[in-house]
Amino acid sequence: MSGYFILAILVLAFIVIFQIAKASEYVSVLKGEEQTFQQNNRINAFLFLVFLVLGLAGAYWCNELFYDRTLLGTPAASEHGEKIDFMMWITLAITGLVFLLTQILLFWFAYKYQYTEKRQAFYYPHNNKLEFLWTAVPAIFLSVLVGFGLYYWFGMTKDAPKDAQIVEITGKQFNWMVRYPGKDGVLGRKNYRLTDASNGNALGVDWEDASSHDDIEATEMHLVVGKTVKLVINAQDVIHDVGLPHFRMKMDAVPGIPTTIWFTPKYTTEEMKKITGNKDFVYEISCDQMCGSGHYSMKGIIVVETQDEYNRWLAEKKPQYLTVKEAAAPAAPAADTTARPIAQAIN
Amino acid sequence: MSETTIQGQQVATVLHGHDDHHGHDHHHEESFISKYVFSMDHKMIAKQFLITGMIWAIIGGLFSVLFRIQLGYPDATFPILEDIFGKWAQGGKISPDFYYALVTMHGTILVFFVLTAGLSGTFANFLIPLQIGARDMASPMLNMLSYWFFFGASIVMFASLFVQTGPASGGWTIYPPLSALGQASEGSKIGMDLWLVSMALFIVSSLLGGLNYISTILNMRTKGMSMTRLPLTIWAIFFTAVLGVLSFPVLLSGAILLLFDRNLGTSFYLSDIVVKGEILPNEGGSAILFQHLFWFLGHPEVYIILLPAMGMVSEVLSINSRKPIFGYMAMVVSLFAIATLAFLVWAHHMFVTGLNPFLGAFFVLLTLLIAIPSAIKVFNWLTTLWKGNLRFTPAMLFAVGFVSLFISGGLTGIFLGNSTLDIHLHDTYFVVAHFHIVMGVASFFGMFAGVYHWFPKMYGRYMNNTLAYIHFWVTLAGAYLIFWPMHYQGFAGMPRRYYDFSNWESFKHFGDLNQFISTVSMIVFAAQLLMVFNFFYSIFKGRKVTSENPWGANTLEWTTPVNPGHGNWPGDIPEVHRWAYDYGKDGKDFIAQTEPVGEHESKH
Repeated sequence: MSGYFILAILVLAFIVIFQIAKASEYVSVLKGEEQTFQQNNRINAFLFLVFLVLGLAGAYWCNELFYDRTLLGTPAASEHGEKIDFMMWITLAITGLVFLLTQILLFWFAYKYQYTEKRQAFYYPHNNKLEFLWTAVPAIFLSVLVGFGLYYWFGMTKDAPKDAQIVEITGKQFNWMVRYPGKDGVLGRKNYRLTDASNGNALGVDWEDASSHDDIEATEMHLVVGKTVKLVINAQDVIHDVGLPHFRMKMDAVPGIPTTIWFTPKYTTEEMKKITGNKDFVYEISCDQMCGSGHYSMKGIIVVETQDEYNRWLAEKKPQYLTVKEAAAPAAPAADTTARPIAQAIN
Repeated sequence: MSETTIQGQQVATVLHGHDDHHGHDHHHEESFISKYVFSMDHKMIAKQFLITGMIWAIIGGLFSVLFRIQLGYPDATFPILEDIFGKWAQGGKISPDFYYALVTMHGTILVFFVLTAGLSGTFANFLIPLQIGARDMASPMLNMLSYWFFFGASIVMFASLFVQTGPASGGWTIYPPLSALGQASEGSKIGMDLWLVSMALFIVSSLLGGLNYISTILNMRTKGMSMTRLPLTIWAIFFTAVLGVLSFPVLLSGAILLLFDRNLGTSFYLSDIVVKGEILPNEGGSAILFQHLFWFLGHPEVYIILLPAMGMVSEVLSINSRKPIFGYMAMVVSLFAIATLAFLVWAHHMFVTGLNPFLGAFFVLLTLLIAIPSAIKVFNWLTTLWKGNLRFTPAMLFAVGFVSLFISGGLTGIFLGNSTLDIHLHDTYFVVAHFHIVMGVASFFGMFAGVYHWFPKMYGRYMNNTLAYIHFWVTLAGAYLIFWPMHYQGFAGMPRRYYDFSNWESFKHFGDLNQFISTVSMIVFAAQLLMVFNFFYSIFKGRKVTSENPWGANTLEWTTPVNPGHGNWPGDIPEVHRWAYDYGKDGKDFIAQTEPVGEHESKH
């Protein structure tokens, strides 16, 4: 009911505004068009000045309100992230300066050069020196930004260091699956046609590949603080995206085309709780590429912890291969689980 | 130049011949159908584009209000929504499927149907013949078809809103595999096929229009109208048309391949897919290929939208400053530079798709290069205002607003074009804020400037000034109130296209802001309705235009009668003797393009 009520009020407001507008037109005809024009011109010119002042004040106020809720004031949780933040501040400074300069000029000119009968507009069709000035100066500033940007870009997108820990993350509608390579440090081969979630092979791992036998699967990603990690990113159905706002990292997960990113976590989850002052803080993986109706709920969790804690967590985990074989055990003899690796080793 | 004159006169003879043939008894009596429906008069076709665009704008804008209701009030229920939308809003709450359908259609409608067809379709049709001095387009027939293909596209898209599984809902960029697999999303069922068919029709429309615009501008200028005497509106529309003709076919190919993947079992974009437990046979395709094809249009598309707005703003600023546009040649060259670069930057939408970083570096460089011609334009506009004698007509207000928004939105492009920052900001609200300001609202401002400025030429009446002022100030303030704070959400890493943030520890603390933004967006939407109302009311009841040249402008359209008939000029097409921007020269308020250069006139 309230909906219709609001609608009725809106319609009423419309009619009132329209009647005022119509009346003002009659008034302008009575007063004479020239006089109305001058009056309107003065009002609008003044409003431009008001808009400039209120706008700048509003921008300042907006910053007061929201700065602390952004990540600008929170230290980046990875080394790459620190570079991105630095780059962000350079860009903010340069663009902020240009923003202030041009907006102030624009609205100030609008106010200052409003129509008066006394002034004749200044005929000023071109000036090559000025054109050169505002071609060259932006070009110089942009070179700085491109220079910094590409330097960091190549630094972040080059191959991961050799000793980086490898973790695989796979997106599907609408959750993330994590796989660790186990002791051998090698992720077992996959073939999407082997995917069989009901039999414990949600990732389509090829058990024929012996390096898959110690692979550990998880729903949560655990990382060691200070240890570089390389994420191998996959998707099963549609494009997803591993969004890591606190590490300032992001990479699409594309079906059929594995992608990678690498970074070094700087703070454990516990440390970040103190830094952010939020006792519920967690590193979240957000899906940043539209992936269907559950896109907004596609969340993953990363726990960053010390090596000891990580080792303890890992020790509790059992390789997926063993879990699958145990589940299949009633049907097949238990010896099967050990026979396979031996057979593989001989090959 | 003599050739063009002959051509112009030929058209005149043809038109007059037509009159002679039919018109002894019923002079200029056209049937309703040939005058208002299947019209070949470029002015009527322009109005058809404009009004269809306005209807779409209301629909697309309403969609944004609906999904903003969900974002602003995620916990509230509105029974009225269920009354209207049934299963899509069960219990008075917009469902995720509905939300994504709304978001997708909002983008599709506004980018293509409003800001491409409604903006450049309208003003290219309306202004080209009038401002270059031609009776009509090179091919009025193709021009008419261009509108009717657009109309067809509109019908198909509109129909897709009503199918049982809903319209396309994978985002306006329709990335496969999501858009290719009906199993993956309700919106990827029949709604997606209709989307693709509609876009195919739309592309045909756009090509027919574009080829016509180009050939008309190149071949049908009146005597004396050299390319360097063209108003900047025409230059902008010219580059827009070239962009459209060269890039839309690529989207068509992308769309057709997607239709094949969807319906014929091909694997252009599909490989290694397991969807909802079902293992698909497709192998060897690349989902990224589609993104290349899409953005090869998608990025020029941004400029297809923005360039006509820039052209009109240049024109309106100059006329109402009573000063020539500053740096005419620099303006033309910067338009050219933007149009050229527009083709070379598409992969900046794909920095985080796993694109080769080395390749990405070139796209960073070329993308940031666009900032240079953009800066030239901004400073030239500012200098045009400097020491002018500014008349704040509604069109002028919107032109000034355009410059402000173009600066704000353009500067944030420098963040996103830099791949390093894009890693963090990609697909966050920062992007939403950026493109809404720079190509959404700014282009709308250009369009509004155009509508208010040329309405007297279109209908022989003025729009109501008071309503226009209210419209302007509410929209300008509203645009900033809505999109400025979104940058902060972006700095918080908040992803776009989320239906609900309440489950996210990282993003849930913006509830109050979302509510504020939603409220403002409703007010701004209401202000747009005011403008639409003003438009239609003024067609019939607006104050009548009494002089041929109400704004004191130099260009040719103001030498036609107040209500020009088909053919535009009753007598010969006027000859042009100078550029379009002699305002305030030698103490004269303005010197029309048709006025011969005086003996003692100073050179510029």
